[in-house]
Amino acid sequence: MSFLNNVITGISLGSIYAIIALGYTMVYGIAKMLNFAHGDVIMVGAYVCFFAMGNFNLPAAVGVLLAVVVCTVLGIVIERLAYKPLRAAPSLAVLITAIGVSYLLQNSAQILWGAATKTFRPIVEGSLVLVPGQLSISYVAILSVVCCVIVMVALTLFTTQTKMGKAMRACSEDKAAAQLMGIDVNTTISMTFAIGSALAAIAGVLMCSAYPVLSPTTGSMPGIRAFTAAVFGGIGSVPGALLGGVLLGVIETFAKAYISTDLSDAVVFAVLIVVLLVRPAGLLGKYVPEKV
Amino acid sequence: MLKINDINVYYGAIHAIKGISFEVNNGEVVTLIGANGAGKSTTLNTVCGLLHSRTGSIEFLGQNLASVPAHKVVERGMAHVPEGRRVFLQMTVEENLEMGAYTQPRAGIPAHLERIYEQFPRLKERRRQVAGTLSGGEQQMLAMGRGLMSDPKLLMLDEPSMGLAPILVDQIFDIIKRLHQAGTTILLVEQNARMALSVADRGYVLETGKIVATGTGDELLHDEAVKKAYLGG
Repeated sequence: MSFLNNVITGISLGSIYAIIALGYTMVYGIAKMLNFAHGDVIMVGAYVCFFAMGNFNLPAAVGVLLAVVVCTVLGIVIERLAYKPLRAAPSLAVLITAIGVSYLLQNSAQILWGAATKTFRPIVEGSLVLVPGQLSISYVAILSVVCCVIVMVALTLFTTQTKMGKAMRACSEDKAAAQLMGIDVNTTISMTFAIGSALAAIAGVLMCSAYPVLSPTTGSMPGIRAFTAAVFGGIGSVPGALLGGVLLGVIETFAKAYISTDLSDAVVFAVLIVVLLVRPAGLLGKYVPEKV
Repeated sequence: MLKINDINVYYGAIHAIKGISFEVNNGEVVTLIGANGAGKSTTLNTVCGLLHSRTGSIEFLGQNLASVPAHKVVERGMAHVPEGRRVFLQMTVEENLEMGAYTQPRAGIPAHLERIYEQFPRLKERRRQVAGTLSGGEQQMLAMGRGLMSDPKLLMLDEPSMGLAPILVDQIFDIIKRLHQAGTTILLVEQNARMALSVADRGYVLETGKIVATGTGDELLHDEAVKKAYLGG
């Protein structure tokens, strides 16, 4: 029974990682940059929901919606102010800027909301008892998996069926050629940040509902793990983010349960290293040979 | 239709295009020929807005394009088929073609697709296939079809014969002739000078960023200096 419990915990945690990893992978796929501030957008989303529910007594759904709106705008603003001026700069400059934005968000949160941890009230409470006293699934866990599946299906439909989604794929392959088609690359990149940040808000709320401590650094570790998940699955690949996220969640949970809580991160990263040694592009990452 | 007046393009400190002027009239096939590094592709990339000139003007259908960003050029009626084809390898043939009609109203796309499939039956056979699985010749056809999806007034082709077997080169040039007969205005950049001049109404010879000779296709084909430098004696 404890084994099943761990599988369930792992998959629901992994679903949250997958939603975060999507943000990394989409931004990487299109802007070819690692947005290390992505994890901190999660934190902002969680704070917005926390205050909406706690201070203004708004219903959970409204809190989530507000978090999504604020994070979407935040994502677009970050891209405009911090990354767009560096479009032609070397990737190292962009990477360092992203780390800078990450600290800016953390420190701003600390000034605005204080460094003390807050106790997040889960957006759904209680759990589904399968075997009394032995096996139960929290509603947050179910919600996480459901959200992850919905997000995956929606994103897949968006990128394969809509004009904007196809334009995004075109941009991720070849920006100059996309421009020649009449696609506005800047708008497409903004759109990508908007979607990624909206997903981060959802992930933030789910994360804090499952593990209800909220502080200005809440987003940083899940952000790094989700980034790992994106690389694990193959960065730039949407199904890769799902696979990487879920695997990472399960491995982490199992490492905590059967090896040691303190070593769980070490186990996760060791697995990543082994995978990258065997498959440098990640599990589902692909190399497309170029014909000349 | 297209009038280029005294453009100068730099890559950092390198002066790549040194005061080029030329024009393309309605219905013409005009070719720019020259060796590697002469500035042919740079010229096309400047016309379509991917690169910018420090001086002069690029006049297309009476409007100056010099400050128009690349993604706004196609809706004015100019399509650029870039060097190396640059099709979207992970997208299907049909999705590639749809991207070519990105600026077109959605309702017109099926008709555009039908028109392209008629011209390139091979693309119709492979329309659900991912472009990365096509051969080099098929990718070139796809790139040209994608360019034609916007029903452009001017089609710019950058080295359409590059890397293709001779029989495929013939096919590509047959297509160019057909497009010409159908009234499409074409600006063609080629290293294969003989082929290019044989289909072109007029040509310009580019050498290290300058135009050194101009004339009708026939005149240039029989010009001694051009023969010696570009047609193998």
